[in-house]
Amino acid sequence: MIEVHKLTKRYGDTLAVDGLSFQVPQGVVTGFLGPNGAGKSTTMRMMLDLDRPTSGAVTIDGKHYSQLKEPLKYIGALLEAKAVHPGRSAYNHLLWLAQSNSIPVGRVDQVLGQVGLREVAKRRSSGFSLGMGQRLGIAAALLGDPRIMLFDEPVNGLDPEGILWVRNLMKSLAEEGRTVFVSSHLMSEMALTADHLVVIGKGRLLANVSMNDFIDQNSHSYVRVRTPQPEALLDALTASGITATPVDGGAYEVLDGDPAAIGDLARDRGIALHELSPQRASLEEAFMQMTADSVQYHAGADPDAPATAPPAARPEPSGPAWGAGWKKES
Amino acid sequence: MATRGAVLLSEWTKVRTVRSTLITLVIAFVVTVGLGALISAITSGQWDKQTASERASFDPTSTSFSGIYLGQLAVIVFAVLVIGNEYSSGMIRATLAAVPKRGTLLVSKVAVVLALVLPVALATSFVTFFLGQALLGSHGTSLGKDNVLRAVLGMAVYMTFIALLSLGVGFMLRKPVLSLGLLMPFFFLISPILSAVPKVKTVAHYFPDQAGAQMVRVTGTSSVPYGPLAGFFICLAWVAVCLLGGYLLLRHRDA
Repeated sequence: MIEVHKLTKRYGDTLAVDGLSFQVPQGVVTGFLGPNGAGKSTTMRMMLDLDRPTSGAVTIDGKHYSQLKEPLKYIGALLEAKAVHPGRSAYNHLLWLAQSNSIPVGRVDQVLGQVGLREVAKRRSSGFSLGMGQRLGIAAALLGDPRIMLFDEPVNGLDPEGILWVRNLMKSLAEEGRTVFVSSHLMSEMALTADHLVVIGKGRLLANVSMNDFIDQNSHSYVRVRTPQPEALLDALTASGITATPVDGGAYEVLDGDPAAIGDLARDRGIALHELSPQRASLEEAFMQMTADSVQYHAGADPDAPATAPPAARPEPSGPAWGAGWKKES
Repeated sequence: MATRGAVLLSEWTKVRTVRSTLITLVIAFVVTVGLGALISAITSGQWDKQTASERASFDPTSTSFSGIYLGQLAVIVFAVLVIGNEYSSGMIRATLAAVPKRGTLLVSKVAVVLALVLPVALATSFVTFFLGQALLGSHGTSLGKDNVLRAVLGMAVYMTFIALLSLGVGFMLRKPVLSLGLLMPFFFLISPILSAVPKVKTVAHYFPDQAGAQMVRVTGTSSVPYGPLAGFFICLAWVAVCLLGGYLLLRHRDA
């Protein structure tokens, strides 16, 4: 069990991680979510004792990382792609790793097969693509057959096939009873893989909930209506005790509304409807709203303007939105 | 804590599975032997044109070792890359995740560099000596003469010290470009120049290469105010300071 206790990391004037405390539940996939620059990678590096905390501590089964005997047998980590000497072959890279923790050399060939790199194992890794480098990093994480696995942005830069492979791997690792802690800045990715969520922004804990609770709390439904007679419709809705909120593009949204009731009401009053569609706010939107105040760099935003949260029930922007993938599968 | 033997084996695997190891050490050998032989041959050929005072201060042993000025650069590159490559590739994080005891890591790297450079240095030193003396002919010396064996062994020790010192600097500066950018000009240009400048040279005498030159000196006069044994300890002190500095920074710094 990984316990993060009041972890703080300061770089000069910047607080990268600010009093962070949480536990990583065992035997499930936990998504470690936050916008870029939220302190995810720094936290993960501190878990492995690579970066030294300004204050606070991380313990693994009650021990500090440096107290672990042969740590690769406890925790396997993928921190960055291609952290490999370009002149060394994949086999030799895994060989020195195995030797350093007294892992049987036979494991090297096993994990190479598991990640599909056996054919290129003897080739210099300088010729590896990003995806192959990522597979080699995952092979290194699997090497010691650890109970706990850390992945920092494992799908970054991967092609769709690679993303699917990583997703399925994480699920199967958790099914084997392993603890999987995976960081991402994409809610849509986490929605597909994670059982539990730890959300941070600006180095602070924003949420520590199970995925189901997060969905219950955040993925509300609403009905979008569009009409050439907005006054008449609003009167009718208000008379029935239904609140409609105007949104961009001349449409109105009714939170938790029933499309049938709204449609019947409009027909009874003789109001024409040009759109009547049930919608679901995506988890991505909920995540963006949660972290909006802590995003460091807003695209195109006035740096002096206060960061404002987008409304929860916004109309879908044209084109594929973040979280669109999640919606399709749910 | 991974066991020391396991870490040592893993560091040995690292060093033997990259090409730069063989390339740099072969270059160190070839350049030191080749340049030493060339300068010995030239000296022998020009003997008649030398003045009496030049002949009086002539040291056939150090003359045959002249190639080390260039050869040591390859030793520096080897030792810097042993650690610098890990920082430039990002592999250092994999290393420290596997071996969180940073002292164990540094000691293992020192042991591997020592185990590899010392035999190469001994071979270089003896081959250079015998080839150089053969080319110097009647002006040469032999191992049996006073202090000559000490100087030949001193040469091997100097090469090994340069490797360990460079490893320490590599740990401190991390990026190989920085380490090489400091060490190569220092040993090839700065130290030889400063040691010829009045007043400044009283300090420059204590630079590691000047101390090393004392270790291989057999005869002849020198303005350096200490002998071979002091030279050994001055060189050793430089190695100790660089490795200690490397250890302290490695221990406290974020990877």
